[in-house]
Amino acid sequence: MTSITYGGNTYPLDKDQSVLDCLVGHGAPVPFSCRSGVCQTCLMRAVRGVPPEDSQRGLKDSLKLQNYFLACVCHPTNDLEAALPQDVVKSLPATVTALEPLNSEIMHVSLECHAPLEYRAGQFINLFREPTLGRSYSLASVPQHDEHLHLHVRRLPQGKVSGWIHEHLRIGQTVEIRGPSGDCFYVPGRPEQELVLIGTGSGLAPLYGILRDALQRGHSGPIRLFHGSRNRAGLYLTDRLRELAREYPNFDYVPCVSGEEPAPGLAAGRAHEIAFMEIPDFKDKRLFLCGHPEMVSAAKRRAFLAGAAMKDIYADPFNVNAAP
Amino acid sequence: MTEKKLADWWNESHGSLYEKLGGEAAVNAAVDIFYRKVLADPRINRFFEGVDMEKQAAKQKAFLTMAFGGPHNYTGMDMRRGHAHLVKQGLNDVHFDAVMEHLGATMKELNVPDELIAQAAAIAESTRNDVLGR
Repeated sequence: MTSITYGGNTYPLDKDQSVLDCLVGHGAPVPFSCRSGVCQTCLMRAVRGVPPEDSQRGLKDSLKLQNYFLACVCHPTNDLEAALPQDVVKSLPATVTALEPLNSEIMHVSLECHAPLEYRAGQFINLFREPTLGRSYSLASVPQHDEHLHLHVRRLPQGKVSGWIHEHLRIGQTVEIRGPSGDCFYVPGRPEQELVLIGTGSGLAPLYGILRDALQRGHSGPIRLFHGSRNRAGLYLTDRLRELAREYPNFDYVPCVSGEEPAPGLAAGRAHEIAFMEIPDFKDKRLFLCGHPEMVSAAKRRAFLAGAAMKDIYADPFNVNAAP
Repeated sequence: MTEKKLADWWNESHGSLYEKLGGEAAVNAAVDIFYRKVLADPRINRFFEGVDMEKQAAKQKAFLTMAFGGPHNYTGMDMRRGHAHLVKQGLNDVHFDAVMEHLGATMKELNVPDELIAQAAAIAESTRNDVLGR
């Protein structure tokens, strides 16, 4: 008989019973609504075992790759251990191996994990200053190519963690991290599809990871990166990105400034507005939106209305309202 | 008709609408078109401000699955509960009509024959009083 493990308990699955019915029947607090595999309220993740393909229909590719499934239509033939999306993160120590300012407000932080961490470029981790004081930072590194984790930490006014990282963190120091989380990353496949990457501020971190991941996996379609900041001093990695654009003819880099007269080589305006001006039709294009939450939600809506399929829009809004 | 036969007739006639429309593939083809129309309509898009687009798209898909005669477990009570906060914001017949219009236009765009559009519209229409909390 197939069994389901959840929250430390193992339950036998009756014939024809779904994972949802089984767990809810035992009083497990799994949320649900349509019970037809459509509304995605009962989204869970298999942390051991592989969920049947049927239980992944309609999910974003980046969720399928991480063994997410819909409990209400999941009839596994092998044992599964399942968890709710927010419960699947592990905690581990990591040692700082590099700290280099990328510009006046963003610090490159390199971390060596004490145990292997499986992640994808563009996902994020939480870094803890104290056991209950942590913040999310996106991963700019590519696991196949970069030995350590790379973060771009922007210093926020009165930032309890970012300020501490900028002022007090030292090379050789060990911190606690949790993760990885997030579904904003490059999924191999459809190498000819056009990719549009739009980011503001340190929203470049996940995009820099996603970009290099796609290029190194041989993505052949056009890749366009729009990175925006209020002024020129807020942009960073410009030389490295221009170098990549020379090296890969299918990659195009558009640095944008919205609050001052642009220097030669920079576009004038907000990154997403310039992107929508240059790309009027988003049909069949894959989008990655990272950074300011208002930019992300405005761009998401606009791209969808301009023809992008919902499943081709990947977003990572940097919510800082809870993090002074 | 006996109760058993009535149930069979119901299943067959409704199952067949879903099949005739092309099942899940048809819903997948329709959902982005439909949601795009809804979001672009100034009569109703304020009801969708500030909601997570992805979760909303999944709900639109559930709605279309039901209207297409597909499998669903929604009850009238679910419909009431799910829309009560919108009724408080003034959701009324005009808005429901707008959604019905987009449902028809979406199916038309996908070259669905008129008689099947009418059947789907009738299923959607049957939720009106529950959605509007009457």
